[in-house]
Amino acid sequence: MQCDICGKRKATVHLTEIVDEQMSEMHLCEQCARQKSMKMEQQFGLADLLSGLADFSKHVKTDVKEVLKCEHCGMDYEDFRKFGRLGCSGCYESFQAHLTTLLKKIHGSNHHLGKSPQKVPPATKKKIKDFHNLKDQLEQAIQVEDFEKAARLRDQIREMEKKGKK
Amino acid sequence: MKLDDFIDNTGQWLKGTGDHANIVMSSRIRLARNLDLRPFPNRAKKKELEEILTMVKEAMDKTDFFKKSIFFKITELDQIDKQFLIERHLMSHEHATNPEGKALIVSEEEVISVMINEEDHLRIQVMQSGFDLEETWQIANSIDDGLSKLLEFAYAPRWGYLTSCPTNTGTAMRGSVMLHLPALVMTKQINKILNAISKLNFASRGFYGEGTQASGNIYQISNQVSLGHSEQDVLQNISGLIRQVIEQEEQARQALLLQNKPMLEDKIFRSSGILKNAHIISSQETVELLSMIRLGIDLNIIKNVERKDINELFIMIQPAHLQKIEGKKLNATERDTRRASLIREKIGGE
Repeated sequence: MQCDICGKRKATVHLTEIVDEQMSEMHLCEQCARQKSMKMEQQFGLADLLSGLADFSKHVKTDVKEVLKCEHCGMDYEDFRKFGRLGCSGCYESFQAHLTTLLKKIHGSNHHLGKSPQKVPPATKKKIKDFHNLKDQLEQAIQVEDFEKAARLRDQIREMEKKGKK
Repeated sequence: MKLDDFIDNTGQWLKGTGDHANIVMSSRIRLARNLDLRPFPNRAKKKELEEILTMVKEAMDKTDFFKKSIFFKITELDQIDKQFLIERHLMSHEHATNPEGKALIVSEEEVISVMINEEDHLRIQVMQSGFDLEETWQIANSIDDGLSKLLEFAYAPRWGYLTSCPTNTGTAMRGSVMLHLPALVMTKQINKILNAISKLNFASRGFYGEGTQASGNIYQISNQVSLGHSEQDVLQNISGLIRQVIEQEEQARQALLLQNKPMLEDKIFRSSGILKNAHIISSQETVELLSMIRLGIDLNIIKNVERKDINELFIMIQPAHLQKIEGKKLNATERDTRRASLIREKIGGE
């Protein structure tokens, strides 16, 4: 197996990470791995630190050469990795897979629990409430080890997440 | 109201009133908001920034919060004016650089200020004297509610408010408290406390803003996490933490008084002596001495100076303030002279 960074040397360092049921893997040669960890240590600025985090969450399925672009503002993911700032609120949808992992790394969670704007239609508000109810129920089910119920709830939550991307 | 009217007054947050005002200088809430699907300021073109600015300004004019406010386009401010507003904690350095399409709104008494097109389309700040994050939050919350009826804010149920930088996503709220902690510094306990704070996921920084060293023994403590906790939870957590820091500072003050009162009095009166008599003084020396006088007032060792005057001096001794007071540009030496005379005027020196 070749190194993900240089593509030349043999990969001997393997990083696997599972966040939110999404697995990401990196295969590096010793030289690139060392450089990478040195680079991480040198990074002090917030933007750098962020791009460092974003860098590590390369998803298995994503083709490295494929350019991921926001359909709303045209920003590509590479730019975000470099500068640590998104281009518009639409970027959150466009880079959803990457951001799910990144937000979890930054905040230790990727589910909002705070207020919502006044202009959200009441139907959406109800959906949000139902969504959080389901999440609470899921946690309870896991606690009492009712895994059958938990699996059912998990599927329901996934379904809602798919529908309510925005 | 215009910018020059600010010179004769200082913000409400420096009044030295409110809960625990001996240790807590001020409580502040900042909310970031963006208009849905409009490019964030760092990516927007000049025309887009102007459009966003107009939309936000129109919405603000329709609410009651900004009736007695002053509005600046940053392009219309000169260098000293910009620096003056930064020194007053009303806007950021980032906002002053690349001023194109940016604006600032400041309410009477400087309790509410809004930066338009800084890193996010709106940065709403509410700042008050003393320790009361709850009430400060209520004000910020109602401004946000009012504006969100008129503007479509970028929001996703799953991720909350969507911001330019993912470190703000979620509630997009920072609550922060500014604390004067001279006794914890003098008893060398401060690093232990700051370490504990950072382990609990809170940030601490100096009085003069991001990346500054704590000077004058003043520290700002704020939350870092914005996703996964409600605003109320976050504020309760910070408040709980702050209450502990206050208690530690109180204990350290009592310990200093008990163990070595003459040394403490000597330090405080010497500081007062220098400030009352100096004719040339740097800002760094000033803030260290002001901190001692503030402590002296809290411990009833210094009686004829008010806390409010000392709080205000922390702001007014800065370069742009001295130049606005004098009404002209001053070089470094001239500023050190003007600073010394301003202090003598304020605290009754020779």
